[in-house]
Amino acid sequence: MLTNMARRLLNMMVTLLGVSLIVFLVLRLLPGNAVTAQMGVSAGLLSHAQIVALDHYYGVGKPFFEQYGSWLGSLFTGNLGVSLSSRTSVASLVGTALPVTLELAIASLLIGELIGVLFGVFGALRPRHVVDDIGQGVAVIGLGVPSFVIGTALVTVMASVFQYFPSSEGFANLFQDPWLNLQQIFFPALTLGLGIGAAIMRTTRAAMLEVTGLNYARTARGKGLSKRSVTWKHLFLGALVPVTTMSGIQLGYLLGGTVVVEQIFVLPGLGRLLITSINNRDFPVVQSVILIFAAGFVVVNMLTDVLYTVIDPRTRA
Amino acid sequence: MALVEPSLAIPGLEGPRRRSLLASLWANPSGRVGCVLAGVVVVAAISGAVGLTPYPAQSQNPVATLKAPSFAHLLGTDQFGRDMFSLVLQGLYVSLKISCVAVAIAGVLGTLGGIVAGYSGRWVSAVIMRATDMLFAIPAILLALAIVTALGAGWFNSALAIGIGYIPIFVRVVRGPVLALREAGYVRAGRVLGFSPARLLFRHILPNVAGIVAVQTSLALAWAVLAEATLSFLGLGPPAPTASLGEMVYNSTSQSLAATAWWTLAGPSLAVVIAVIGFNFLGDGLRDAIDPRGGTR
Repeated sequence: MLTNMARRLLNMMVTLLGVSLIVFLVLRLLPGNAVTAQMGVSAGLLSHAQIVALDHYYGVGKPFFEQYGSWLGSLFTGNLGVSLSSRTSVASLVGTALPVTLELAIASLLIGELIGVLFGVFGALRPRHVVDDIGQGVAVIGLGVPSFVIGTALVTVMASVFQYFPSSEGFANLFQDPWLNLQQIFFPALTLGLGIGAAIMRTTRAAMLEVTGLNYARTARGKGLSKRSVTWKHLFLGALVPVTTMSGIQLGYLLGGTVVVEQIFVLPGLGRLLITSINNRDFPVVQSVILIFAAGFVVVNMLTDVLYTVIDPRTRA
Repeated sequence: MALVEPSLAIPGLEGPRRRSLLASLWANPSGRVGCVLAGVVVVAAISGAVGLTPYPAQSQNPVATLKAPSFAHLLGTDQFGRDMFSLVLQGLYVSLKISCVAVAIAGVLGTLGGIVAGYSGRWVSAVIMRATDMLFAIPAILLALAIVTALGAGWFNSALAIGIGYIPIFVRVVRGPVLALREAGYVRAGRVLGFSPARLLFRHILPNVAGIVAVQTSLALAWAVLAEATLSFLGLGPPAPTASLGEMVYNSTSQSLAATAWWTLAGPSLAVVIAVIGFNFLGDGLRDAIDPRGGTR
């Protein structure tokens, strides 16, 4: 068990290292560098000596692996570099944006699990019932309608029909103004939650249908357990592994989705920071934010693996 | 009879009563819906490509700006008086062009990686799977964002970015069955007969994962259309004169048109939705047609 955990941790470290290399490599393909990004067209007016001096200042003249090494080294000390456009530390930018995205992600996942599990379970208990049909309909919408369409439609209807746009007053902190904060988070979370919920619903429904016919389910019913106990303690627990897998996968989409939804609902989270930084060609921020997203995804995947051993004792090999 | 290779583990492909794939696809509800929707999308995209649109897509008409849908303009007109229906057809063409190239990139590289990883020994397999894990660890749309940022906007760069993000899924989906096929009797027989690994992989193993690849190709197309629309919605699609569906949605909201002229939002949105749902259903239908056991609905 312990060696297993250690191996997983090691695997995770290797993956993260690879991810950091990919991110660093991809952004190094860019024409120009921090200097031209900073100076724009006027970079062409610099003398050779000035360019050399600036290259040295930003550390862009060094060989590739030296740059990568120094970036990696500073990552471990919590130094993410300095934003080129706002000249504040990337760590502080990320520090203010991360909680917003985390709150959005957690709220979306909650909504998604709620929609997905409820419709999935009831759909499997009574296939072709009205509830099942509604669930299937929601699933088609959630899977087929992109979050940016749901989001823009929601914002348009809310703003034009109900004159309601909670984000217009600036973002409210969860602890200072919880009521306004929840209003601001709810609609973006609903937008993302629909997509996640659709996938979770389909997985839950299929997994539940798979176990209803099994012997242990028949035994549970046969020995006269209440319907609720059979449904939740036997069937749902039996279906939990695929549902957990799907939730883990959906988290990846969720992290990508926050970028879009934060943009639409004007939430000052990591996704919005990413898009702003891309538009400003502010690469220290871009590479840090993408790395943080990836790290989050990797950690969640590992937690999902650990969760398996809790849910299903057979996987505790 | 002894020379006939035994039928393989994947049911449906080689069965006693074998229906044509198309027939069993049509017999399946989601397959039928998928066929129709995907067919509509492809026809629309082709007519957008060859300019078979009610109006020239980019022609502006200052006296007919922001007209509601009517028989003259099926999806209304935008703020420049351009016919939305023609623009949507052209947008579908751009979207499908990017998506097809992206899926081709992901499908070829991913399938190749998958069969090699599934067939070869521990080391090669471990290296490929590790690299796949790393690529998979970055949420695909973020990877696409990073690549487009690095390469600059343009239709091929979008395709490349979207394609690279989808490679890991092909690798994973293909590798599993190949692992099983590696020990199948006819493959072992081929090995004993001294067939080269390349011949075994491409002549004997590849045809047997073709069904899985086909299913994944359709699902990948759905994802690619979605990803392309998302990228262009975020302003990272192909540059200006090319009408892209996501950008049309963005323009509709950024110009505050959506509230009064809802059709500027509805037209391009509907096109994306039909394409995504169509290819998703087609993929589901294909999966059921190929493997009737594991139906999800």
